[in-house]
Amino acid sequence: MATEFEVYEHDVLVIGAGGAGLRAAIEAAGSCSVGVVCKSLLGKAHTVMAEGGMAASMGNVDDRDSWKVHFADTMRGGQYLNQWRMAELHAKEAPDRVRELEKWGALFDRTKDGRILQRNFGGHRYPRLAHVGDRTGLELIRTLQDHGIHQGIKFYMENTVVSLVKDGDRVVGAFGYDRERGRFKLWRAGAVVLATGGIGRAYKVTSNSWEYTGDGQALAYEAGAELMDMEFIQFHPTGMMWPPSVQGILVTEGVRGEGGILVNNQGKRFMFDDIPENYKSSTADKEEEGWRYVTGDKNARRPPELLTRDHVARCIRREVKAGRGSPHGGVFLDISWIKEKVPNAPEHIRKKLPSMYHQFKELAGIDITTEPMEVGPTTHYMMGGVRVDPDSQMTNVPGLFAAGEVAAGLHGANRLGGNSLSDLIVFGKRAGEHAAKWAKENGRGTVDQAALAAAEAASLKPFEFGGAAENPYRVQHDLQELMQDNVGIVRVEEEMKFAQDQLQLLKDRAAKVGISSHREYNPGWHTAIDLRNLLLVSEAVTMCAIERKESRGGHFRDDFPAKDEAYASFNLIVKKGEDGQMVMHRRPIPPMPDELKQVIEENK
Amino acid sequence: MPQATFRISRGDSATHGEFKDYAVEISEGMVVLDAVHLVQMVHAPDLAARWNCKAGKCGSCSAEINGMPRLMCMTRLSDLDLSVPVKIEPMKTFPRIKDLVTDVSWNFRVKEKIKKFKPRPADNADGTWNMAQRDVDRVQEFRKCIECFLCQDVCHVLRDHQKHDEFIGPRFIMWNAALEMHPLDTDDRLKELKDDNGLGYCNITKCCTKVCPEHIAITDNAIIPMKERVVDRYYDPLGWLWSKATGT
Ligand SMILES: Cc1cc2nc3c(=O)[nH]c(=O)nc-3n(C[C@H](O)[C@H](O)[C@H](O)COP(=O)(O)OP(=O)(O)OC[C@H]3O[C@@H](n4cnc5c(N)ncnc54)[C@H](O)[C@@H]3O)c2cc1C
Ligand code: SF4
Ligand code: SF4
Ligand code: FES
Repeated sequence: MATEFEVYEHDVLVIGAGGAGLRAAIEAAGSCSVGVVCKSLLGKAHTVMAEGGMAASMGNVDDRDSWKVHFADTMRGGQYLNQWRMAELHAKEAPDRVRELEKWGALFDRTKDGRILQRNFGGHRYPRLAHVGDRTGLELIRTLQDHGIHQGIKFYMENTVVSLVKDGDRVVGAFGYDRERGRFKLWRAGAVVLATGGIGRAYKVTSNSWEYTGDGQALAYEAGAELMDMEFIQFHPTGMMWPPSVQGILVTEGVRGEGGILVNNQGKRFMFDDIPENYKSSTADKEEEGWRYVTGDKNARRPPELLTRDHVARCIRREVKAGRGSPHGGVFLDISWIKEKVPNAPEHIRKKLPSMYHQFKELAGIDITTEPMEVGPTTHYMMGGVRVDPDSQMTNVPGLFAAGEVAAGLHGANRLGGNSLSDLIVFGKRAGEHAAKWAKENGRGTVDQAALAAAEAASLKPFEFGGAAENPYRVQHDLQELMQDNVGIVRVEEEMKFAQDQLQLLKDRAAKVGISSHREYNPGWHTAIDLRNLLLVSEAVTMCAIERKESRGGHFRDDFPAKDEAYASFNLIVKKGEDGQMVMHRRPIPPMPDELKQVIEENK
Repeated sequence: MPQATFRISRGDSATHGEFKDYAVEISEGMVVLDAVHLVQMVHAPDLAARWNCKAGKCGSCSAEINGMPRLMCMTRLSDLDLSVPVKIEPMKTFPRIKDLVTDVSWNFRVKEKIKKFKPRPADNADGTWNMAQRDVDRVQEFRKCIECFLCQDVCHVLRDHQKHDEFIGPRFIMWNAALEMHPLDTDDRLKELKDDNGLGYCNITKCCTKVCPEHIAITDNAIIPMKERVVDRYYDPLGWLWSKATGT
């Protein structure tokens, strides 16, 4: 098939218009021509949903905070599997990146003396999250969008990339289609930045949108890049449980940061029952101290509800399993109780948590200022992803960069809340800067037309099979159930082996899904294309989860419930082998410089 | 399980579009977007609709449900009369691409033309500013906007009179207001509001405020103050000079 494609040229092509993609584009646009491709309209990427805030040790609320404490918190939260260099850069650069947003028009909530207000979040020693009520992601994406549209960046909205284009080893562009008309396009570029986000749609209960089908991880993998830490998925402890149609939608950690407590069906505040050893010294052991903490008493320790997400999620599961759960299989999260402490509590809650108030009012018919919410774990965030160089964000494939949720390294085995939004702006900037530099030094490559034709043909396959063939939504649904039930929050070898076998069957089914009608804005077709990516990342997750025979951070094995030192010194890597099969190896964690070791020691 | 019928407008830019009925099983707590997803899964995989967050946060799923501009993900079936088919149509003010998806690119072009944020020099040596919460409160209200464009859809100046070339619509008058009232901004957009952006077309019907899913008081807090500022400046120039000179 000799097809004509629309061809566009840029120095840097950014795939993704969330926080990471936009920040990268803005940086690169300072020195070269930039295009941004995204699956949705501008301003709708996942980042818009972030609620609680972004972490940066500005010390506006507690001046004992510093990059060192933030670094140590991030490493402890990640169970020391983090790329320490990324954690270091992130902690050092986040404050400047946040302040810069203010220069571009962002309006954060203020302290009494007029500076950026910071709130408490799980695993952060001091109040550290710059925020705007509970809609911080909206503020971030809108600020970057409204600044970005004046930087000469070309936006390609509602376009989906289906493969990266290579010239020898090097990535020289991307190939995809526009959703509106279903026509194929080629974007030629000196460098490509992946900023495509996560993989949550591989699971049934998730806080993630349809976009999160692991496209970036799969694109990178197919282009020869290494994926790292794929076993580490964050299950956020508090997703909505009821009614069924809203199951999984996020309830921000900010609720607990403002004093919300977790109780079981006996009315017991169960989080006090199990406080991990390495957090004992920094966690309150009395309710009264916990309350003082959330109301700003600097001498108080944080309540156990603000322990790391992996731990809180497992405690909730334990309560449910022991029959102490709420009617719909979760536990209760109660913020209304603060009326005992705060005059005007309902108004205070509505002011601090406006979108949570509306979410429950409108979707569940519940008034959170007077009654508790029902919550339970939901698939939320991918710690793993494309392995990158910590300083430049370049992958092992020359010319291919990655930043944001699609990249791995900063968060190790478990991400702290608020560390993603700051990740986006710190490493988005770095990716943009280095991609621009790389593009200018290396120019454009040549494009292999045959590869494009093959990619197009593969994408159009579902039309050949037609509407009577396997339904793509059905396959997606079965995949989500499979992963939810077998490679979810609590894992055992047997179930994962089962999942591995089933994934092969699903792959066969996915290869034969069919679709009727034409290419114009056809979600069934889009789903069929996304399936390949979902299956690929599911396979990688399962493979790594089987290999890591211990429990650490987001990865919990019922058959190996303890942390095992033997697994503390490496990250798992998967990549495409010579024969096209997925292969895995252990990559030793580079030795940490003594200064950083000392920082961790000092902040134990 | 009980069933309900959804009468969905289908068609593309070339066709007029026709209603098709789809019956799906419904369960407790469902929203209209769930029903649309069920229709896609069971009856019509090619049914075009936008969505992202399913939680009222991204502003993608705007449509007209039984004639009312609303977010599909925030419209509960229990609030609708299910004894008759539920009508779902695309927004009328924008050209249809396919089924429930419309071409809203005009909005993005309009925004690009509005003068961008221009802050005063930083207050502090580290490049930061001091602002009181009460001064950011009113602009924060406007910045809650999720750009669902439902207010644009309902405004008669655009919907009935198709003044897209002369009038930027409530969303972007409010965007101007957000910049004008931003404690740090130093630019001035009143002349454009009056001459190019058609502020005068708005006759304060408040329909936009009524449909805003973010419950922003678009008319009272954004449009009327902008109208007042324009009046003070251009129709009461002495008053404007006086306040400029005295800083009141
Ligand atoms: C409900 C919720 C609340 C959260 N709250 C917080 C919080 O309070 N603090 C915090 O730090 N983190 C939070 N997170 C996590 C954080 O929001 C995300 O990790 C982060 O926004 C991801 O940003 P990103 O730039 O990497 O990707 P995204 O914002 O997801 O953007 C991905 C972009 O890639 C595009 N894309 C994907 N695939 C393709 C393709 N094939 N072709 C073209 N384009 C493509 C998409 O269209 C999109 O534009 C939250 C997450 C959720 C779901
Ligand atoms: S108040 Fe003005 S902007 Fe709003 S709908 Fe009426 S005419 Fe349109
Ligand atoms: S002002 Fe309200 S109705 Fe208008 S676009 Fe924004 S959120 Fe939507
Ligand atoms: S899907 Fe985001 S607002 Fe409805």
